[in-house]
Amino acid sequence: MVNTSVNLCGVSLKNPIIPASGTFGFGHEFADVYDLNCLGGISVKGTTAVERFGNETPRIAEAPSGLLNSVGLQNPGIDTVLGYELPRLRDSYGGAIIANISGFSIDEYVSTCEKADKSKNVDIIEVNISCPNVHNGGMSFGTTASGAAEVTREVKKVCKKPVFMKLSPNVTDIAAIARACEGAGADGISLINTLLAMRIDIRRRRPVLNNVTGGLSGPAIFPVAVRMVWQVYENVGIPIMGLGGVSTADDVIEMMLAGATAVQVGAANLRDPFACKKIADELPALMEKLGVDDINDIIGGAHNG
Amino acid sequence: MKACTLEITENKPIVPLCFKMSLRGAHGEIKAGQFINIMIDGFYLRRPISVYDWDDDTLTVIYKVVGQGTDALSKMDKGKKLDVLSELGNGYKTSVSGMRPLLIGGGVGVPPLYALAKALIKDGCNVSVILGFNTKSEIILADEFRALGASVSVTTVDGSEGVRGFVTDAIPYAGYTYVYTCGPEPMLKSVYNKIITSGQFSFEERMGCGFGACVGCTCRTKYGNKRVCKDGPVFVKEEIIW
Repeated sequence: MVNTSVNLCGVSLKNPIIPASGTFGFGHEFADVYDLNCLGGISVKGTTAVERFGNETPRIAEAPSGLLNSVGLQNPGIDTVLGYELPRLRDSYGGAIIANISGFSIDEYVSTCEKADKSKNVDIIEVNISCPNVHNGGMSFGTTASGAAEVTREVKKVCKKPVFMKLSPNVTDIAAIARACEGAGADGISLINTLLAMRIDIRRRRPVLNNVTGGLSGPAIFPVAVRMVWQVYENVGIPIMGLGGVSTADDVIEMMLAGATAVQVGAANLRDPFACKKIADELPALMEKLGVDDINDIIGGAHNG
Repeated sequence: MKACTLEITENKPIVPLCFKMSLRGAHGEIKAGQFINIMIDGFYLRRPISVYDWDDDTLTVIYKVVGQGTDALSKMDKGKKLDVLSELGNGYKTSVSGMRPLLIGGGVGVPPLYALAKALIKDGCNVSVILGFNTKSEIILADEFRALGASVSVTTVDGSEGVRGFVTDAIPYAGYTYVYTCGPEPMLKSVYNKIITSGQFSFEERMGCGFGACVGCTCRTKYGNKRVCKDGPVFVKEEIIW
Protein backbone atom coordinates (compact mmCIF):
# COMPACT_ATOMS: atom_id res chain seq x y z
CA MET A 1 0.00 0.00 0.00
CA VAL A 2 1.41 3.37 -0.99
CA ASN A 3 0.88 6.50 1.10
CA THR A 4 -1.00 9.24 -0.73
CA SER A 5 -1.75 11.49 2.23
CA VAL A 6 -0.16 14.91 2.41
CA ASN A 7 -0.19 17.69 4.97
CA LEU A 8 -0.91 21.34 4.22
CA CYS A 9 0.12 23.47 7.21
CA GLY A 10 -1.32 21.00 9.70
CA VAL A 11 -4.37 20.09 7.62
CA SER A 12 -4.18 16.45 6.65
CA LEU A 13 -5.40 15.46 3.18
CA LYS A 14 -6.00 11.80 2.31
CA ASN A 15 -4.50 12.51 -1.09
CA PRO A 16 -3.20 15.59 -2.90
CA ILE A 17 -6.21 15.86 -5.26
CA ILE A 18 -8.34 19.02 -4.92
CA PRO A 19 -10.95 20.31 -7.39
CA ALA A 20 -10.00 23.91 -8.15
CA SER A 21 -12.16 26.89 -7.31
CA GLY A 22 -14.68 27.80 -10.01
CA THR A 23 -14.84 24.36 -11.59
CA PHE A 24 -16.68 22.42 -8.90
CA GLY A 25 -19.40 24.77 -7.66
CA PHE A 26 -19.72 24.50 -3.88
CA GLY A 27 -18.99 20.79 -4.08
CA HIS A 28 -22.42 19.56 -3.05
CA GLU A 29 -23.53 19.81 -6.70
CA PHE A 30 -21.19 16.83 -7.31
CA ALA A 31 -22.38 14.82 -4.29
CA ASP A 32 -24.74 12.75 -6.43
CA VAL A 33 -22.11 12.30 -9.17
CA TYR A 34 -19.66 10.40 -6.94
CA ASP A 35 -18.63 10.03 -3.29
CA LEU A 36 -16.73 13.25 -2.58
CA ASN A 37 -14.75 11.57 0.18
CA CYS A 38 -12.28 10.28 -2.42
CA LEU A 39 -10.95 13.86 -2.63
CA GLY A 40 -8.14 15.28 -0.48
CA GLY A 41 -9.76 18.71 -0.42
CA ILE A 42 -12.26 20.88 -2.25
CA SER A 43 -11.61 24.52 -3.15
CA VAL A 44 -15.08 26.03 -3.45
CA LYS A 45 -16.34 28.76 -5.78
CA GLY A 46 -14.65 32.15 -5.39
CA THR A 47 -16.53 34.22 -2.85
CA THR A 48 -16.85 37.96 -2.27
CA ALA A 49 -18.38 40.06 0.51
CA VAL A 50 -21.70 40.44 -1.30
CA GLU A 51 -23.54 38.57 -4.05
CA ARG A 52 -22.30 39.08 -7.63
CA PHE A 53 -23.84 38.13 -10.98
CA GLY A 54 -20.47 38.35 -12.68
CA ASN A 55 -19.98 39.39 -16.28
CA GLU A 56 -22.58 39.23 -19.02
CA THR A 57 -22.74 36.13 -21.24
CA PRO A 58 -21.31 34.72 -23.40
CA ARG A 59 -18.60 34.06 -20.87
CA ILE A 60 -17.24 30.73 -22.12
CA ALA A 61 -15.12 30.22 -25.25
CA GLU A 62 -13.27 27.18 -26.46
CA ALA A 63 -9.53 26.99 -27.12
CA PRO A 64 -7.19 24.34 -28.46
CA SER A 65 -6.76 22.04 -25.43
CA GLY A 66 -8.64 24.31 -23.07
CA LEU A 67 -11.21 27.02 -22.60
CA LEU A 68 -11.55 30.68 -21.76
CA ASN A 69 -13.93 31.90 -19.10
CA SER A 70 -14.97 35.40 -18.12
CA VAL A 71 -17.45 34.45 -15.41
CA GLY A 72 -16.22 37.27 -13.20
CA LEU A 73 -16.74 35.86 -9.71
CA GLN A 74 -20.43 35.03 -9.76
CA ASN A 75 -21.27 33.97 -6.21
CA PRO A 76 -24.00 34.40 -3.59
CA GLY A 77 -21.80 36.32 -1.11
CA ILE A 78 -19.86 35.10 1.94
CA ASP A 79 -22.83 34.95 4.33
CA THR A 80 -24.80 32.60 2.05
CA VAL A 81 -21.68 30.54 1.34
CA LEU A 82 -20.94 30.04 5.03
CA GLY A 83 -24.56 29.74 6.14
CA TYR A 84 -25.91 27.50 3.40
CA GLU A 85 -23.43 26.21 0.80
CA LEU A 86 -20.68 24.88 3.07
CA PRO A 87 -22.97 23.16 5.62
CA ARG A 88 -24.60 21.46 2.64
CA LEU A 89 -21.19 20.34 1.37
CA ARG A 90 -20.18 19.17 4.87
CA ASP A 91 -23.24 16.89 4.93
CA SER A 92 -21.64 14.65 2.33
CA TYR A 93 -17.94 15.41 2.67
CA GLY A 94 -15.48 14.98 5.54
CA GLY A 95 -12.25 16.16 3.87
CA ALA A 96 -10.60 19.58 3.79
CA ILE A 97 -12.74 22.51 2.64
CA ILE A 98 -10.86 25.42 1.16
CA ALA A 99 -12.68 28.77 1.06
CA ASN A 100 -11.61 30.88 -1.92
CA ILE A 101 -11.94 34.59 -1.17
CA SER A 102 -11.82 37.56 -3.54
CA GLY A 103 -12.21 41.25 -2.94
CA PHE A 104 -12.10 44.72 -4.43
CA SER A 105 -10.33 46.44 -1.56
CA ILE A 106 -8.05 45.45 1.30
CA ASP A 107 -10.93 46.00 3.74
CA GLU A 108 -13.17 43.67 1.79
CA TYR A 109 -10.51 40.94 1.67
CA VAL A 110 -10.00 41.30 5.41
CA SER A 111 -13.66 41.25 6.45
CA THR A 112 -14.55 38.34 4.14
CA CYS A 113 -11.53 36.27 5.18
CA GLU A 114 -12.29 36.97 8.84
CA LYS A 115 -15.79 35.54 8.43
CA ALA A 116 -14.44 32.48 6.60
CA ASP A 117 -11.80 31.95 9.29
CA LYS A 118 -14.48 31.75 11.99
CA SER A 119 -16.51 29.08 10.13
CA LYS A 120 -16.15 25.54 11.44
CA ASN A 121 -16.62 24.31 7.88
CA VAL A 122 -13.50 26.07 6.55
CA ASP A 123 -10.11 24.38 6.93
CA ILE A 124 -7.92 26.53 4.69
CA ILE A 125 -8.37 30.03 3.28
CA GLU A 126 -7.21 30.60 -0.28
CA VAL A 127 -7.00 34.30 -1.08
CA ASN A 128 -7.55 34.97 -4.77
CA ILE A 129 -5.48 37.98 -5.82
CA SER A 130 -5.45 36.82 -9.41
CA CYS A 131 -8.90 36.88 -11.02
CA PRO A 132 -8.37 38.29 -14.53
CA ASN A 133 -12.07 38.90 -15.12
CA VAL A 134 -12.97 41.70 -12.73
CA HIS A 135 -11.83 45.28 -12.94
CA ASN A 136 -10.36 47.31 -10.08
CA GLY A 137 -9.73 44.27 -7.99
CA GLY A 138 -8.57 40.73 -7.86
CA MET A 139 -5.62 40.61 -10.19
CA SER A 140 -4.53 44.19 -9.56
CA PHE A 141 -3.37 43.14 -6.07
CA GLY A 142 -1.67 40.06 -7.41
CA THR A 143 0.45 41.64 -10.12
CA THR A 144 2.81 43.56 -7.86
CA ALA A 145 4.89 42.26 -4.97
CA SER A 146 3.85 45.17 -2.77
CA GLY A 147 0.12 44.68 -3.50
CA ALA A 148 0.32 40.95 -2.84
CA ALA A 149 2.24 41.53 0.38
CA GLU A 150 -0.25 44.11 1.62
CA VAL A 151 -3.26 41.81 1.15
CA THR A 152 -1.36 38.94 2.78
CA ARG A 153 -0.28 41.00 5.79
CA GLU A 154 -3.74 42.38 6.51
CA VAL A 155 -5.55 39.06 5.98
CA LYS A 156 -3.08 37.23 8.21
CA LYS A 157 -3.90 39.63 11.07
CA VAL A 158 -7.45 38.27 11.25
CA CYS A 159 -6.97 34.60 10.29
CA LYS A 160 -5.94 31.74 12.54
CA LYS A 161 -6.34 29.14 9.82
CA PRO A 162 -3.74 28.54 7.09
CA VAL A 163 -3.79 31.26 4.42
CA PHE A 164 -2.75 30.38 0.86
CA MET A 165 -2.30 33.26 -1.58
CA LYS A 166 -3.49 32.35 -5.08
CA LEU A 167 -1.23 33.99 -7.62
CA SER A 168 -1.67 35.18 -11.16
CA PRO A 169 0.56 33.94 -13.98
CA ASN A 170 0.07 37.27 -15.77
CA VAL A 171 3.22 38.78 -14.25
CA THR A 172 6.86 39.21 -15.18
CA ASP A 173 8.41 37.86 -11.96
CA ILE A 174 6.31 35.24 -10.16
CA ALA A 175 9.13 34.41 -7.74
CA ALA A 176 9.30 37.98 -6.41
CA ILE A 177 5.55 38.02 -5.74
CA ALA A 178 5.65 34.62 -4.01
CA ARG A 179 8.57 35.79 -1.85
CA ALA A 180 6.64 38.94 -0.93
CA CYS A 181 3.66 36.81 0.19
CA GLU A 182 5.91 34.56 2.25
CA GLY A 183 7.58 37.58 3.80
CA ALA A 184 4.18 39.02 4.73
CA GLY A 185 3.24 35.85 6.56
CA ALA A 186 1.47 33.65 4.00
CA ASP A 187 1.24 30.00 5.05
CA GLY A 188 1.25 28.76 1.46
CA ILE A 189 0.96 29.66 -2.21
CA SER A 190 -1.57 28.45 -4.81
CA LEU A 191 -0.65 28.87 -8.44
CA ILE A 192 -1.48 29.40 -11.23
CA ASN A 193 -4.78 31.15 -11.89
CA THR A 194 -5.82 31.51 -15.54
CA LEU A 195 -3.82 33.21 -18.28
CA LEU A 196 -5.36 36.35 -19.76
CA ALA A 197 -6.59 35.43 -23.24
CA MET A 198 -9.01 36.27 -26.04
CA ARG A 199 -10.87 34.75 -29.00
CA ILE A 200 -12.53 36.49 -31.95
CA ASP A 201 -15.52 35.17 -33.90
CA ILE A 202 -14.35 35.48 -37.51
CA ARG A 203 -17.91 35.51 -38.90
CA ARG A 204 -19.24 38.22 -36.59
CA ARG A 205 -15.83 39.97 -36.46
CA ARG A 206 -16.33 40.50 -32.74
CA PRO A 207 -14.76 39.07 -29.58
CA VAL A 208 -16.42 35.78 -28.58
CA LEU A 209 -16.61 36.79 -24.92
CA ASN A 210 -18.91 39.64 -23.91
CA ASN A 211 -16.13 40.75 -21.55
CA VAL A 212 -13.71 40.76 -24.55
CA THR A 213 -10.97 38.95 -22.58
CA GLY A 214 -11.08 35.93 -20.32
CA GLY A 215 -8.86 33.48 -18.47
CA LEU A 216 -7.39 30.50 -20.32
CA SER A 217 -7.33 27.17 -18.49
CA GLY A 218 -6.95 23.53 -19.40
CA PRO A 219 -4.07 21.36 -20.67
CA ALA A 220 -2.92 24.27 -22.86
CA ILE A 221 -1.51 26.02 -19.77
CA PHE A 222 -0.10 22.99 -17.94
CA PRO A 223 3.54 23.52 -18.97
CA VAL A 224 3.32 27.18 -17.93
CA ALA A 225 1.98 26.11 -14.53
CA VAL A 226 4.74 23.53 -14.06
CA ARG A 227 7.36 26.17 -14.86
CA MET A 228 5.89 28.66 -12.38
CA VAL A 229 5.48 26.11 -9.58
CA TRP A 230 9.11 25.16 -10.17
CA GLN A 231 10.23 28.80 -9.93
CA VAL A 232 8.21 29.48 -6.79
CA TYR A 233 9.48 26.28 -5.12
CA GLU A 234 13.03 27.48 -5.71
CA ASN A 235 12.22 30.76 -3.96
CA VAL A 236 9.98 30.04 -0.97
CA GLY A 237 9.87 27.54 1.89
CA ILE A 238 6.10 27.43 2.37
CA PRO A 239 3.94 24.72 0.76
CA ILE A 240 2.51 25.11 -2.72
CA MET A 241 -0.81 24.02 -4.17
CA GLY A 242 -0.03 23.58 -7.87
CA LEU A 243 -2.71 23.99 -10.50
CA GLY A 244 -3.20 24.86 -14.13
CA GLY A 245 -4.29 22.29 -16.70
CA VAL A 246 -3.83 19.22 -14.51
CA SER A 247 -5.86 16.43 -16.12
CA THR A 248 -4.30 13.07 -15.23
CA ALA A 249 -2.50 11.26 -12.41
CA ASP A 250 0.70 11.70 -14.45
CA ASP A 251 0.14 15.47 -14.34
CA VAL A 252 -0.27 15.31 -10.55
CA ILE A 253 3.09 13.55 -10.18
CA GLU A 254 4.73 16.05 -12.54
CA MET A 255 3.30 19.01 -10.62
CA MET A 256 4.53 17.55 -7.33
CA LEU A 257 8.00 16.89 -8.76
CA ALA A 258 8.03 20.60 -9.66
CA GLY A 259 7.35 21.45 -6.03
CA ALA A 260 3.63 21.19 -5.23
CA THR A 261 2.51 19.58 -1.96
CA ALA A 262 -1.07 19.34 -3.21
CA VAL A 263 -2.53 19.64 -6.70
CA GLN A 264 -5.75 21.26 -7.84
CA VAL A 265 -7.69 20.07 -10.87
CA GLY A 266 -9.73 22.72 -12.67
CA ALA A 267 -10.90 22.71 -16.28
CA ALA A 268 -10.78 18.90 -16.44
CA ASN A 269 -13.87 18.78 -14.18
CA LEU A 270 -15.87 20.69 -16.78
CA ARG A 271 -14.97 18.29 -19.59
CA ASP A 272 -15.38 15.19 -17.45
CA PRO A 273 -17.33 15.47 -14.18
CA PHE A 274 -15.57 12.32 -12.94
CA ALA A 275 -12.06 13.71 -13.62
CA CYS A 276 -10.97 14.13 -9.98
CA LYS A 277 -12.30 10.73 -8.94
CA LYS A 278 -10.53 9.05 -11.85
CA ILE A 279 -7.25 10.79 -10.96
CA ALA A 280 -7.60 9.84 -7.28
CA ASP A 281 -8.37 6.23 -8.26
CA GLU A 282 -5.40 6.03 -10.64
CA LEU A 283 -2.79 7.70 -8.44
CA PRO A 284 -1.84 4.72 -6.18
CA ALA A 285 -1.25 2.39 -9.16
CA LEU A 286 0.82 5.04 -10.90
CA MET A 287 2.91 5.53 -7.75
CA GLU A 288 3.55 1.80 -7.57
CA LYS A 289 4.57 1.76 -11.21
CA LEU A 290 7.00 4.63 -10.56
CA GLY A 291 8.34 3.04 -7.39
CA VAL A 292 6.97 5.77 -5.11
CA ASP A 293 5.95 4.43 -1.67
CA ASP A 294 5.14 7.79 -0.11
CA ILE A 295 3.87 10.66 -2.21
CA ASN A 296 5.64 13.11 0.11
CA ASP A 297 8.98 11.75 -1.14
CA ILE A 298 8.47 13.31 -4.57
CA ILE A 299 7.50 16.86 -3.56
CA GLY A 300 10.06 19.05 -5.31
CA GLY A 301 11.82 15.86 -6.39
CA ALA A 302 12.86 17.21 -9.77
CA HIS A 303 15.00 19.89 -8.09
CA ASN A 304 17.38 17.39 -6.52
CA GLY A 305 20.80 16.90 -8.07
CA MET B 1 -26.80 13.35 -15.09
CA LYS B 2 -25.75 10.01 -16.44
CA ALA B 3 -22.43 9.22 -18.11
CA CYS B 4 -22.82 6.80 -20.98
CA THR B 5 -21.14 5.34 -24.02
CA LEU B 6 -23.45 5.40 -27.04
CA GLU B 7 -22.81 3.94 -30.49
CA ILE B 8 -23.76 5.80 -33.65
CA THR B 9 -26.26 3.75 -35.70
CA GLU B 10 -27.22 6.51 -38.13
CA ASN B 11 -25.82 10.00 -38.90
CA LYS B 12 -27.21 11.58 -42.06
CA PRO B 13 -28.40 14.95 -43.33
CA ILE B 14 -32.18 15.43 -43.47
CA VAL B 15 -32.00 18.92 -44.99
CA PRO B 16 -28.84 20.90 -45.88
CA LEU B 17 -26.58 21.35 -42.78
CA CYS B 18 -29.11 19.62 -40.53
CA PHE B 19 -28.28 16.05 -39.41
CA LYS B 20 -30.19 13.27 -37.73
CA MET B 21 -28.05 11.05 -35.55
CA SER B 22 -29.28 7.92 -33.79
CA LEU B 23 -27.32 6.47 -30.89
CA ARG B 24 -27.63 3.04 -29.31
CA GLY B 25 -26.96 2.19 -25.67
CA ALA B 26 -28.19 2.77 -22.12
CA HIS B 27 -28.97 6.50 -22.07
CA GLY B 28 -30.79 6.93 -18.77
CA GLU B 29 -34.21 8.40 -18.11
CA ILE B 30 -34.83 11.32 -20.45
CA LYS B 31 -37.59 13.93 -20.41
CA ALA B 32 -38.66 16.06 -23.37
CA GLY B 33 -36.62 19.27 -23.46
CA GLN B 34 -33.51 17.78 -21.89
CA PHE B 35 -30.19 17.61 -23.73
CA ILE B 36 -27.08 15.46 -23.99
CA ASN B 37 -23.48 16.70 -23.98
CA ILE B 38 -21.22 14.93 -26.46
CA MET B 39 -17.44 14.65 -26.31
CA ILE B 40 -15.91 15.13 -29.76
CA ASP B 41 -12.32 14.06 -30.49
CA GLY B 42 -10.07 17.08 -30.94
CA PHE B 43 -12.29 19.54 -29.04
CA TYR B 44 -11.93 20.41 -25.39
CA LEU B 45 -15.54 21.23 -24.59
CA ARG B 46 -18.46 18.91 -25.18
CA ARG B 47 -21.27 19.90 -27.54
CA PRO B 48 -24.74 20.21 -25.98
CA ILE B 49 -27.49 18.91 -28.28
CA SER B 50 -31.19 18.65 -27.46
CA VAL B 51 -32.84 15.24 -27.64
CA TYR B 52 -35.34 14.60 -30.44
CA ASP B 53 -36.70 11.14 -29.57
CA TRP B 54 -35.78 7.95 -27.74
CA ASP B 55 -36.88 4.47 -26.76
CA ASP B 56 -35.37 1.97 -24.35
CA ASP B 57 -31.94 1.65 -25.92
CA THR B 58 -31.94 4.25 -28.70
CA LEU B 59 -31.67 8.01 -28.56
CA THR B 60 -31.94 10.35 -31.53
CA VAL B 61 -30.77 13.93 -31.89
CA ILE B 62 -31.19 16.41 -34.73
CA TYR B 63 -28.49 19.03 -34.93
CA LYS B 64 -27.34 21.78 -37.23
CA VAL B 65 -23.73 22.21 -38.34
CA VAL B 66 -22.88 25.64 -36.95
CA GLY B 67 -19.14 25.40 -36.32
CA GLN B 68 -16.10 23.14 -36.26
CA GLY B 69 -17.40 20.87 -33.50
CA THR B 70 -20.74 20.06 -35.09
CA ASP B 71 -18.97 19.75 -38.47
CA ALA B 72 -16.71 17.08 -36.96
CA LEU B 73 -19.77 15.39 -35.44
CA SER B 74 -21.49 15.30 -38.83
CA LYS B 75 -18.53 13.40 -40.32
CA MET B 76 -18.63 10.59 -37.76
CA ASP B 77 -19.46 7.15 -39.10
CA LYS B 78 -21.85 4.45 -38.00
CA GLY B 79 -20.26 2.27 -35.32
CA LYS B 80 -18.33 5.10 -33.66
CA LYS B 81 -18.76 5.11 -29.87
CA LEU B 82 -19.38 8.48 -28.20
CA ASP B 83 -18.72 9.61 -24.63
CA VAL B 84 -22.02 11.25 -23.69
CA LEU B 85 -23.46 12.90 -20.59
CA SER B 86 -27.21 12.33 -20.60
CA GLU B 87 -30.29 13.48 -18.63
CA LEU B 88 -29.05 17.09 -18.60
CA GLY B 89 -31.26 20.12 -17.97
CA ASN B 90 -34.72 20.36 -16.44
CA GLY B 91 -36.87 19.62 -19.51
CA TYR B 92 -40.48 20.64 -20.12
CA LYS B 93 -43.12 20.17 -17.45
CA THR B 94 -46.19 18.65 -19.10
CA SER B 95 -48.68 18.56 -16.22
CA VAL B 96 -49.55 22.26 -16.56
CA SER B 97 -50.44 22.21 -20.28
CA GLY B 98 -54.25 22.19 -20.15
CA MET B 99 -56.09 20.33 -22.93
CA ARG B 100 -55.03 22.45 -25.91
CA PRO B 101 -51.30 23.26 -25.68
CA LEU B 102 -49.63 25.19 -28.48
CA LEU B 103 -46.05 24.23 -29.39
CA ILE B 104 -43.93 26.79 -31.26
CA GLY B 105 -40.53 25.90 -32.72
CA GLY B 106 -38.07 27.79 -34.87
CA GLY B 107 -35.33 26.12 -36.96
CA VAL B 108 -33.29 23.64 -34.91
CA GLY B 109 -35.51 24.60 -31.96
CA VAL B 110 -38.12 22.29 -33.49
CA PRO B 111 -36.69 18.81 -32.62
CA PRO B 112 -37.08 18.94 -28.78
CA LEU B 113 -40.78 19.76 -29.25
CA TYR B 114 -41.34 16.42 -30.98
CA ALA B 115 -40.90 14.29 -27.88
CA LEU B 116 -42.95 16.86 -25.97
CA ALA B 117 -45.82 16.60 -28.47
CA LYS B 118 -45.66 12.83 -28.17
CA ALA B 119 -45.92 13.02 -24.37
CA LEU B 120 -48.76 15.57 -24.44
CA ILE B 121 -50.75 13.56 -26.99
CA LYS B 122 -50.27 10.46 -24.87
CA ASP B 123 -51.72 12.47 -21.97
CA GLY B 124 -54.83 13.08 -24.09
CA CYS B 125 -54.08 16.67 -25.13
CA ASN B 126 -55.16 18.23 -28.40
CA VAL B 127 -51.77 19.52 -29.60
CA SER B 128 -51.24 22.34 -32.13
CA VAL B 129 -47.77 23.05 -33.52
CA ILE B 130 -46.33 26.07 -35.31
CA LEU B 131 -42.98 25.44 -37.01
CA GLY B 132 -41.00 28.37 -38.38
CA PHE B 133 -38.19 28.25 -40.94
CA ASN B 134 -36.39 30.65 -43.27
CA THR B 135 -37.35 28.81 -46.43
CA LYS B 136 -39.00 25.64 -47.76
CA SER B 137 -35.75 23.68 -48.12
CA GLU B 138 -35.06 24.02 -44.38
CA ILE B 139 -38.36 22.56 -43.22
CA ILE B 140 -37.94 19.60 -40.87
CA LEU B 141 -40.31 17.28 -39.01
CA ALA B 142 -43.64 18.74 -40.18
CA ASP B 143 -44.79 15.30 -41.38
CA GLU B 144 -43.53 13.62 -38.20
CA PHE B 145 -45.65 15.96 -36.06
CA ARG B 146 -48.67 15.28 -38.31
CA ALA B 147 -48.11 11.55 -37.93
CA LEU B 148 -48.36 11.95 -34.16
CA GLY B 149 -51.78 13.53 -34.65
CA ALA B 150 -50.83 17.15 -34.01
CA SER B 151 -52.34 20.00 -35.98
CA VAL B 152 -49.38 21.60 -37.81
CA SER B 153 -48.87 25.12 -39.23
CA VAL B 154 -45.67 26.00 -41.04
CA THR B 155 -44.28 29.49 -41.54
CA THR B 156 -41.41 30.53 -43.80
CA VAL B 157 -39.79 33.93 -43.83
CA ASP B 158 -39.68 33.99 -47.64
CA GLY B 159 -43.20 32.58 -48.07
CA SER B 160 -41.98 29.54 -50.03
CA GLU B 161 -44.23 27.28 -47.91
CA GLY B 162 -47.09 27.84 -45.48
CA VAL B 163 -47.69 31.23 -43.89
CA ARG B 164 -45.27 33.94 -45.02
CA GLY B 165 -43.48 35.51 -42.07
CA PHE B 166 -42.51 34.47 -38.57
CA VAL B 167 -44.06 31.98 -36.14
CA THR B 168 -45.83 34.87 -34.42
CA ASP B 169 -47.81 35.46 -37.65
CA ALA B 170 -49.43 32.04 -37.15
CA ILE B 171 -50.28 32.32 -33.45
CA PRO B 172 -54.08 32.37 -33.09
CA TYR B 173 -55.84 35.05 -31.06
CA ALA B 174 -57.25 32.44 -28.67
CA GLY B 175 -58.05 28.75 -28.41
CA TYR B 176 -54.90 27.45 -26.71
CA THR B 177 -54.39 26.70 -23.02
CA TYR B 178 -50.60 26.88 -22.71
CA VAL B 179 -47.49 27.48 -24.85
CA TYR B 180 -44.23 25.54 -25.14
CA THR B 181 -41.51 27.03 -27.32
CA CYS B 182 -37.92 26.55 -28.42
CA GLY B 183 -35.92 28.56 -30.94
CA PRO B 184 -33.61 31.54 -31.35
CA GLU B 185 -33.87 34.16 -28.61
CA PRO B 186 -35.45 36.92 -30.76
CA MET B 187 -38.20 34.43 -31.66
CA LEU B 188 -38.72 33.50 -28.01
CA LYS B 189 -39.08 37.17 -27.11
CA SER B 190 -41.64 37.76 -29.89
CA VAL B 191 -43.60 34.71 -28.76
CA TYR B 192 -43.46 35.94 -25.15
CA ASN B 193 -44.96 39.27 -26.20
CA LYS B 194 -47.70 37.74 -28.34
CA ILE B 195 -49.16 34.85 -26.33
CA ILE B 196 -52.13 35.27 -23.99
CA THR B 197 -51.40 32.28 -21.73
CA SER B 198 -48.50 31.15 -19.61
CA GLY B 199 -45.80 29.04 -21.19
CA GLN B 200 -42.38 27.43 -21.03
CA PHE B 201 -39.42 28.76 -23.04
CA SER B 202 -36.28 26.79 -23.84
CA PHE B 203 -33.12 28.92 -24.03
CA GLU B 204 -29.66 28.48 -25.51
CA GLU B 205 -26.38 29.77 -24.12
CA ARG B 206 -22.70 29.00 -24.58
CA MET B 207 -21.92 26.38 -21.95
CA GLY B 208 -18.72 25.26 -20.31
CA CYS B 209 -19.68 22.05 -18.56
CA GLY B 210 -23.42 21.57 -19.24
CA PHE B 211 -24.11 20.19 -15.75
CA GLY B 212 -24.03 23.23 -13.46
CA ALA B 213 -20.43 23.36 -12.25
CA CYS B 214 -18.87 26.32 -14.04
CA VAL B 215 -21.77 28.83 -13.99
CA GLY B 216 -20.64 29.96 -17.45
CA CYS B 217 -24.22 30.09 -18.75
CA THR B 218 -25.97 31.94 -15.91
CA CYS B 219 -28.93 34.19 -16.68
CA ARG B 220 -30.96 36.56 -14.54
CA THR B 221 -34.55 35.59 -13.72
CA LYS B 222 -37.23 37.14 -11.52
CA TYR B 223 -36.39 34.41 -9.00
CA GLY B 224 -32.63 35.04 -8.99
CA ASN B 225 -29.66 33.88 -11.02
CA LYS B 226 -30.12 30.57 -12.75
CA ARG B 227 -27.89 28.30 -14.82
CA VAL B 228 -29.30 27.67 -18.30
CA CYS B 229 -27.74 24.19 -18.32
CA LYS B 230 -28.93 22.93 -14.94
CA ASP B 231 -31.83 25.11 -13.72
CA GLY B 232 -32.96 25.46 -17.38
CA PRO B 233 -32.84 25.32 -20.33
CA VAL B 234 -36.63 25.57 -19.89
CA PHE B 235 -37.90 28.62 -18.02
CA VAL B 236 -41.51 29.56 -17.27
CA LYS B 237 -42.87 32.79 -18.72
CA GLU B 238 -43.38 34.35 -15.30
CA GLU B 239 -39.69 34.19 -14.36
CA ILE B 240 -38.13 35.47 -17.58
CA ILE B 241 -36.42 38.86 -17.72
CA TRP B 242 -35.61 40.08 -21.24
